[in-house]
Amino acid sequence: MTNSAVTGTGLRVVRGGRDVLRGVGFAIPRGSVTGLLGPSGCGKTTLMRAVVGVQTIADGTVEVLGRPAGHPDLRSRVGYATQNPAVYADLTVGECLRYFAAVLGAPARDVDRVLAEVDLAGQAKQLVGSLSGGQRGRASLAVALLGSPELLVLDEPTVGLDPVLREDLWALFHRLAATGVALVVSSHVMDEAARCDRLLFMRDGLVLADDTPDGLRAKTGQDDLEQAFLRLARAA
Amino acid sequence: MKATITARRVLTQLRHDPRTVVMLLLVPTLLMTLLRFVFNDEHAFSRTAPALLGVFPFVIMFLVASVTTLRERTTATLERLMTMPMGKLDLILGYAIAFGAIAVAQVGVATTVSVLWLGLDVVGSVWTLLLIAVLDAVLGMALGLFVSAFATSEFQAIQFMPLFVLPQFLLCGLLQPRERMGWLLNWLSDVMPLSYAVDALTRVTRSADVDSALVLDLVVVAGCVVAALALGAGTLRRRTA
Repeated sequence: MTNSAVTGTGLRVVRGGRDVLRGVGFAIPRGSVTGLLGPSGCGKTTLMRAVVGVQTIADGTVEVLGRPAGHPDLRSRVGYATQNPAVYADLTVGECLRYFAAVLGAPARDVDRVLAEVDLAGQAKQLVGSLSGGQRGRASLAVALLGSPELLVLDEPTVGLDPVLREDLWALFHRLAATGVALVVSSHVMDEAARCDRLLFMRDGLVLADDTPDGLRAKTGQDDLEQAFLRLARAA
Repeated sequence: MKATITARRVLTQLRHDPRTVVMLLLVPTLLMTLLRFVFNDEHAFSRTAPALLGVFPFVIMFLVASVTTLRERTTATLERLMTMPMGKLDLILGYAIAFGAIAVAQVGVATTVSVLWLGLDVVGSVWTLLLIAVLDAVLGMALGLFVSAFATSEFQAIQFMPLFVLPQFLLCGLLQPRERMGWLLNWLSDVMPLSYAVDALTRVTRSADVDSALVLDLVVVAGCVVAALALGAGTLRRRTA
């Protein structure tokens, strides 16, 4: 068994006649937080969809936990939170989580654990539709944490959160990584890059860099990761 | 079982929407009452009522099922469920069980009121009548689930009602006996499931025996329910572009 939770090779995705991913290769190691960074529209979501196996791909392969992406065995081992909150607005937070827990075959006590992890324990009896945008995003993130996923694919999980909560979530991500979970976290905000163990810089359907933050700083001679990204984007 | 888990979830969603529940339970009854006073004559009412006892729930369940499943399809929840250990047929069956339960309640209220207070005269068994009407409602639901796959917005889903349901209503033999229609319309009415449902309802009200023609009607309607559910499950995609 390799150390990589996910390996993508020559991945090409065409959407609406346009190449959204133009033959990208990447690896996502176990036990660490990999940041997927790049401007809006660069293909981050498409790459994440390919990893969870809901994206039709034109060419290339994605291997997840030793299986092809989307393999039925992976359905209870991979947690996925889409960018738009995937929760039922007309259920309470608790009802919604209990439903997904039952679908995953996760124990019912998991619901209380994940609610505490995303700081929504006080909202368990509130209708999802009455939550704020940030709270709804966290409810959706809580669903991804149910069960004991070995890989977590989180699309922009910290958008619109207050700084204290964002800090808490990053601490949670690193705690999970310390237990061996592989996490992929996308963001279009560069200041989150420094919080990741590894970085995948994306631009216009290509992966510009696949390295550690320090590795990127050394390679580009820039201390600031935003500047490092600019340097790589200009060189591409 | 994943289907019953999903059914419970759909019913819980509805419970948070009491206005919809009240309308689901009472609208067909209200329409039957209206029909009774439009005729203002028990005999005329008894001739048309059985068919409409099937048609009203058929139309309502078609609408409700197509909009609800479209909502699931167009929000991210379906994509999430498709990454989880949830079978496509389990999901569709979950919806079918939930709406089937509602259909039983809806038709039960409408039939009770029609027989007890509106003077609906049923020669055959009331239970058979109830069974057929529920089957009609479930048929509407199954067709609604299926056609929601071809709608990309709620506007389209709503318009599928006049497109898929009203022609069946016009050709089911209620307005004009089917054998008096031209060959093309007659053939069309032969391939439309509602024709068999209305035919079965009319038989039960007029005669006490359960003959082979009635059984055949029921088998056709039930077969269409199963086919629509299977086709509906077939339209769900784990991978999309």
